[in-house]
Amino acid sequence: MRYRADTISNKERILQTMPPQENNTGREGYEYLPHTADAKFRAYGITIEKAFENAARAMFNVMIDTQPISNKVSERIEITSADLDGLLVDWLSELLYLFEVDTVVFADFSISSLHIGKDECSLSATAYGEPIDLARHRFDTEIKAVTYNGLTIEESSEGWGVQVVVDI
Amino acid sequence: MENNTNNEVVDLLKQIDANTWEVPIDHKSGMRVPGRIFVSDRLIPSLDRETIDQVANVATLPGIQKYSMAMPDAHLGYGFPIGGVAAFDEEDGVISPGGVGFDINCGVRLVRTNLGCQDVQPRMTELLDNLFHEIPSGVGSKSRIRAPDSDLDDVFINGAQWAVEAGYGVQADLDHCESGGFIEGADPAQVSIKARKRGRPQFGTLGSGNHFIEVQCVDKIYDRDVASAYGLEEGQVTVMIHCGSRGAGHQICTDHLRVLSQAVKKYGIDLPDKQLACAPARSREAQDYFKAMLCAANYAWMNRQVITHWTREVFESAFGGDMDDLGMDLVYDVTHNVAKLEEHVIDGKKKDVYVHRKGATRAFPPGHREVPLAYRDVGQPVLIPGSMGTPSYILHGTEAAMDISFGSACHGAGRVMSRGHAKHEFHGETIKEVLASQGITVKAAHPSVIAEEAPGVYKPSGDVVNVVHDLGIAMKVARMVPLGVVKG
Repeated sequence: MRYRADTISNKERILQTMPPQENNTGREGYEYLPHTADAKFRAYGITIEKAFENAARAMFNVMIDTQPISNKVSERIEITSADLDGLLVDWLSELLYLFEVDTVVFADFSISSLHIGKDECSLSATAYGEPIDLARHRFDTEIKAVTYNGLTIEESSEGWGVQVVVDI
Repeated sequence: MENNTNNEVVDLLKQIDANTWEVPIDHKSGMRVPGRIFVSDRLIPSLDRETIDQVANVATLPGIQKYSMAMPDAHLGYGFPIGGVAAFDEEDGVISPGGVGFDINCGVRLVRTNLGCQDVQPRMTELLDNLFHEIPSGVGSKSRIRAPDSDLDDVFINGAQWAVEAGYGVQADLDHCESGGFIEGADPAQVSIKARKRGRPQFGTLGSGNHFIEVQCVDKIYDRDVASAYGLEEGQVTVMIHCGSRGAGHQICTDHLRVLSQAVKKYGIDLPDKQLACAPARSREAQDYFKAMLCAANYAWMNRQVITHWTREVFESAFGGDMDDLGMDLVYDVTHNVAKLEEHVIDGKKKDVYVHRKGATRAFPPGHREVPLAYRDVGQPVLIPGSMGTPSYILHGTEAAMDISFGSACHGAGRVMSRGHAKHEFHGETIKEVLASQGITVKAAHPSVIAEEAPGVYKPSGDVVNVVHDLGIAMKVARMVPLGVVKG
């Protein structure tokens, strides 16, 4: 291959930032799965709140190395959706929206409550990050949106696992 | 799945002719029509099983006509495959945002010049630096234009026409743009406050990902008469611009997908993939989406028009004279992510259908009333961008396309490798050097963006174009090789 890299550039950053860890209470973290054009990931949590938080971490980490991002600013987020799949998509979509219009890059998330109802699901959360500074923040390709394609939310003996494909 | 080799895939398909493969109607339960994938033997190895399943999924949607199709650049998408084409009955069919995508009216335009390649090549670094400086690109970039809300409404309704009236271009730009630079019927009342907030600061911004501005050299003419009608000749510099509707389009799709994913339950539509959410074409939910989608489509035509204007300014200050002296006319502008209400002949009868093209280009024939007068004798220009290291092509639409593919052809080279894999496989700086040794200069915010879009992550553009040419759905007119690329 003429274009083959002699050094591995960003792979470690992308794939190994928060590998799922097993511990005596369950599974935490996220991992990326192969996808030809877009980005696909699975996020895990001992609770569904943790799984949703880790999904948000996985999403932002597609665009930028979130490790050095501080918790300088925070935004409160309230979401109500018709069902649980919708809640996950709406949660991540809201974060992308705030990222773009408020020009804040988020790296940490805390979901204080998540309610699963028959006709409605909702969550309350706080997202933490810092204002985008293009002189310091090196972004890879931007995420356009969150898709419903291959979306799964599952509970197992290890906790909760969600799978998401985002459009790039 | 990536790079699989494909007995498994071939076994699932039935070969109809050299470049046509059928996905049998029993591939998946619920298919209403068979699938048709247009690929050559050379491209079959890059087709994966999941893409075939996505073609089959689309075939289950109500009111689908003839076949669920995929172009030779087809690859795995979400909902529809990328490269997917499907038409749904205006009365009994559906409209689906999954058949358009989030980047509504992502598209390509080609600007010609009077400049010779040898005059431009030595100044490429300066030219790309200036384009990069003048046209905001990449994540977080903002436009110099601060539009009031009333202008935003005007853009949603009038698209590129708003830009021309505001001084960003000339009337001929609209004459040479698919749909004249805007589609009638857009309704800004269907656009959320969120989409407006995202759209307002992004007039004339390139975005990121596979979007680019490329300075090219016409290096081969296949059809002298048609090339002459398009104003193209060998050795001439052209500029290609590839981008879409930015945050406004992404938000409009997100907002309406939310509504349509619930409408599916209301109308009792059984979906194999939630991203195929849709509603009966005449329902309020589908029509609200369609009118909002047209707002985004029109926004994208404004966006490419403003970028064209700034590109002309960069060339004017570099080479002197104005756009007329430099011959910087718009050859054509195509959208490759859109749904349109069109009339097609199906089973010998004229019928109104919603044609969804998701990563596919309209390719209308000579004589069609939608083809600009200047090109009506030769057919609509079909613009197919290559990757950073491979040529782009201009083809013309044909009558065969109306018969075979609802007047559609491919839209690009088609990805075969994921972005994560690309960054593992390729090193941005190395690719930049290899391309430089081939006479191609690349300017990007930083190298990993180059790695993600390395030529090796795409199918060879020539192989893709040869399939549509051999099928006769779009015929080769000219080939353009890259001289310089600005990546978003």
